Amino acid sequence: MPPAIQIAHLDKTFAPQRGKQPRKALNDLSLNVAPGEMVALIGPSGSGKSTLLRHVSGLVTGDRCQRAWVSVGGQPIQQGGRLVRGVRERRSRIGFVFQQFNLVGRLSVLGNVLAGRLGQASTWRGLLSLWTDQEKRAAMVALARVGISEIAGQRASTLSGGQQQRAAIARTLVQGAQVILADEPIASLDPESARRVMEILAQINREDGVTVLVTLHQVDYATRYCRRVVALREGAIVFDGTPEELTPALLRDIYGAELDFALPTSTPVREAPPRAAERSRQPAEAFRLGTVNV
Amino acid sequence: MTAAQASLEPPRRDLRTSVVKLLSWAAIFGVLAWAWEGAEMRPLEFLRGSGNMLTFAKDFFPPDFHDWRLYLQEMVITVQIAIWGTALAVVLAIPLGILSSSNVVPWWVYQPVRRVMDALRSINEMVWALLFVTTVGLGPFTGVLALFVHTTGILAKLFSEAIEACDPGPVEGIRSTGASALGEIVYGILPQVLPLWISFALYRFESNIRAATVVGIVGAGGIGVVLWEVIRSFHYAQTTAAMIFIILTVTAFDVASAQLRKAFI
Ligand SMILES: Nc1ncnc2c1ncn2[C@@H]1O[C@H](COP(=O)(O)OP(=O)(O)OP(=O)(O)O)[C@@H](O)[C@H]1O
Ligand SMILES: [Mg+2]
Repeated sequence: MPPAIQIAHLDKTFAPQRGKQPRKALNDLSLNVAPGEMVALIGPSGSGKSTLLRHVSGLVTGDRCQRAWVSVGGQPIQQGGRLVRGVRERRSRIGFVFQQFNLVGRLSVLGNVLAGRLGQASTWRGLLSLWTDQEKRAAMVALARVGISEIAGQRASTLSGGQQQRAAIARTLVQGAQVILADEPIASLDPESARRVMEILAQINREDGVTVLVTLHQVDYATRYCRRVVALREGAIVFDGTPEELTPALLRDIYGAELDFALPTSTPVREAPPRAAERSRQPAEAFRLGTVNV
Repeated sequence: MTAAQASLEPPRRDLRTSVVKLLSWAAIFGVLAWAWEGAEMRPLEFLRGSGNMLTFAKDFFPPDFHDWRLYLQEMVITVQIAIWGTALAVVLAIPLGILSSSNVVPWWVYQPVRRVMDALRSINEMVWALLFVTTVGLGPFTGVLALFVHTTGILAKLFSEAIEACDPGPVEGIRSTGASALGEIVYGILPQVLPLWISFALYRFESNIRAATVVGIVGAGGIGVVLWEVIRSFHYAQTTAAMIFIILTVTAFDVASAQLRKAFI
């Protein structure tokens, strides 16, 4: 089976801001993610986590370099700094969850979730919102799965942050996404909502075999939910391994002066994540975090 | 004096701001004086003629509503001109507004489209009416075309400004689902701009009723034709009656549309 996500020799230089040197947001970055993995992407602010995810979905293109290559599920997304043809169709198999949710506020929750079908439904049917009963039912099932089916008719703008993020995840389910990219999905949420959202992502990963690549600001969430952690610093991978291998010394190295913000004061860093099966049996209490220092 | 006391002193006007202020006033008066000549301003003549004016004004009263049926009928036609002029403009301004938005299309699309819209907008409805009279002939349809063309230029600009001000987040959210470019517009942009667009369209309808009353003067149908005829034949009492119809209609639509617009934003 091809890797779920394959990134090779990716460089990204943004146009320099006024009065600043151009700086590389991604520096010859290569990364493979196997199907069914749930990988946490950590690193200090500005290390290139969001930029990397956006490249995987083809929302941005890398520098023009012949070796640069990004593919998802074995199908190329961008090559040599150019999007391949048919990237929109490939995107329909990649779910993207944003920190700011990015739902359409004036549409209903159901409307937002059904928008996940836009990449697959015939164009005119999608544009006119002529969804079939089957599609609507699938959307309701997705909403039920993330636990918000009872507010399907509500306008998205009236939802709480946690509910909006769950609607966004439901949209990726309706897409039939094989890969979910989540960019700080919990950074705007309170601890309880954050826990639910992470639980849902972990469950989708576990039950549907969906590959999840999630950037996280807080290391304890990364080590708790993911068996593999990749750390970025200045656009390059500086750590790639299991949570157990992520020692405090390494963390200090990755985060530098920012370490205090990445760690909650009460959670030990090296606590191993429980196995999936055990995790689901534990009471909710066990996940409630101590002071989250962000 | 301590620092605290010093801070209570009102700031003194410094020389620089005073000079700038003085120069600004000088500039304003300079421009007014410059325009005086070209505009042939003669206030004395106005005063001298005011006696005539008064006798002249008497001719306008009391208004002569003898032909009220005609006024009403033409007033309705005027409103109908405004309706179609605005409706066609809205339909065309949607794609043209999208094509003038820098956050949707590349510069080599929006720059030329914007320039064409500028041109449509910078030429007054009356001028368009004159042009269409020569091609389409006299009548309300000419009025419709004149309003349509001018309003398209205005609405396309207003629509595209709304698009450029919209939140890119939801649009990217839609893009991430693999939607087509059209899908991004319909799902990501339209819901955001629709209330504003409706408000703009109503506002232009309001203005177009006003404009429709004058395009008739060059023969483009509606109450303007009547108005021009009664003025030209010195039937001032009837002129007053026609103007009362215009004032009432325009005011009614202004108020109603202002209320409606409030409901949308
Ligand atoms: N559109 C852009 N234009 C210019 N520079 C950008 C742009 N997007 C990101 N950058 C720069 O690229 C670098 C990486 O940014 P990125 O947003 O990927 O970091 P991040 O790891 O996601 O940080 P955070 O944890 O704060 O979200 C930063 O130096 C940032 O300033
Ligand atoms: Mg980021």
